[in-house]
Amino acid sequence: MARLMLRAAALTYLALILLLPLGMMVLRAFGSGPVQVWRALTSPDALHALWLTVLIALIVVPLNAAFGVLCALVLVRHEFGGKRALNALVGLPLSLSPVVVGLALLLAYGQDSWFGGWLAESGIRLIFSLPGMVLATLFVSLPFVVREVVPVLREVGREQEEAASTLGASPWRTLLSITLPSIGPGVAYGVVLTTARALGEFGAVSVVSGNVEGRTQTLTMYVADRFEQFDVTGAYAASLLLALLGVATLLMMNRISRRQGR
Amino acid sequence: MALSSRLAAAESRSRPRGGERGAAAAVLARGVVTSYLGLVVLIPLAALLWRSAASGYDRFVSTVTSPEVLASIQLTILLSLGTTALNALAGTLIAWVLVRDSFPGKRLVDSVIDLPFAIPTVVAGLTLLALYGPRSPIGVDVAYTKAGVGLALLFVTLPFVVRSVQPVLLEMDREVEEAAASLGASGAETFRRIVLPSLLPAILSGASLGFARSLGEFGAVVLISGNVPFRTEVVAVTIFGRVESGDVGGAAVISVVLLLLSGLVLLMTDGLRRWRLVCDG
Repeated sequence: MARLMLRAAALTYLALILLLPLGMMVLRAFGSGPVQVWRALTSPDALHALWLTVLIALIVVPLNAAFGVLCALVLVRHEFGGKRALNALVGLPLSLSPVVVGLALLLAYGQDSWFGGWLAESGIRLIFSLPGMVLATLFVSLPFVVREVVPVLREVGREQEEAASTLGASPWRTLLSITLPSIGPGVAYGVVLTTARALGEFGAVSVVSGNVEGRTQTLTMYVADRFEQFDVTGAYAASLLLALLGVATLLMMNRISRRQGR
Repeated sequence: MALSSRLAAAESRSRPRGGERGAAAAVLARGVVTSYLGLVVLIPLAALLWRSAASGYDRFVSTVTSPEVLASIQLTILLSLGTTALNALAGTLIAWVLVRDSFPGKRLVDSVIDLPFAIPTVVAGLTLLALYGPRSPIGVDVAYTKAGVGLALLFVTLPFVVRSVQPVLLEMDREVEEAAASLGASGAETFRRIVLPSLLPAILSGASLGFARSLGEFGAVVLISGNVPFRTEVVAVTIFGRVESGDVGGAAVISVVLLLLSGLVLLMTDGLRRWRLVCDG
């Protein structure tokens, strides 16, 4: 009896906070019919926002994946002073407010910044444009691959790598044919997390973007903008698309972790 | 013997060159990692600190102690504490049900827990407004209220406690509990005196992660809060408002306060982690 009550309480809480609102969001999106949803999603502004979101992810994910693997290798395989500081620094973006991240980038690379004058002279515009949004997304999604790969690297150990180099393999060859394949699942998991964060980032990119409609709007910013313009169908249609991407991420994460047996 | 001497010979041939190249590669790798972190993370944070210091001590103090900012800091801390406590309770309950109970659809419920991590924060806010907003089908409207902001924080921090308590419950030895029960302890008593003490470190560390997240939350909150100063404005929204109105210096000052707050939480989390290590032996 007590067990049943606890189960009921837990499931009710989940339903109230999570499941019922999500269900209602789907209903809202389709409230004005699937044709309207399709029209909202294929409007030029929505398509442009989708394209910009995908473009940012396409730039950010490979960069942070490469950085993540390299950084994990440095953290696990090398000994040097300042290693603890590096470790702390890598985890930092997880505990910063996205708005603070955006502001920090604005102050570092904006017009009034240390490099502002030099950047302006060279005709490089980082803030209020694509490069600034890429930087913001790089910042917020930086830790994911590192944090997934570090424990895997530790667990794999060095024996196979040492065997390979004893047998005459170059460090490069050892990296390509021993190290990278063994950390594959960890990298995959980190890449999925990075992608989810890159597609869903809002606070940091809105601070640096300047939010020019149709030019520097990502899909999340498009959602907020449509909602503020009272275009409920547009807002919920784009939300639904983003939520579906989130669910896809979750499914991929489950798949990878099941294969890893964790 | 022959094999080991051949291995040794191979090693002596490959090591010097491989070692040298390896060392150069290590230095290069470290350089690349440090420069990347410097460009993306360190320079921006230094610029933020520099800008907040550049406004001077008086300006710093007057910004932080202005009624609007004080109100938003107070609201942020109170709401974060409240929602963290509620989610610590609910999260422990959910974790317990997921580990100790069995019912059809349990695996589905288990995977749904991570949805708040996978769904973009703005979408989370809009999702809550669909059910609890102006056109609510059940007549509950929390838009532009503190309750609404709290609800958004509950949504985004839901997984933290569940996911930190669940593995501990899974690995927990049930013998002590069974012994307590056979000695006549009630279910509630066994939970309070046997289970809860061993879960406490995990509950607290999950809760502190959720608390840190709540302090800086923006996306989930911004559409619900409607940015009413003194009433629903949390710190992240205040900072955003300052940036939009061109007061970048003020925004930097408030950001540094927020940084200090989350730094404090991080230190506490680290302390908790060590305590857990001690508890686990």
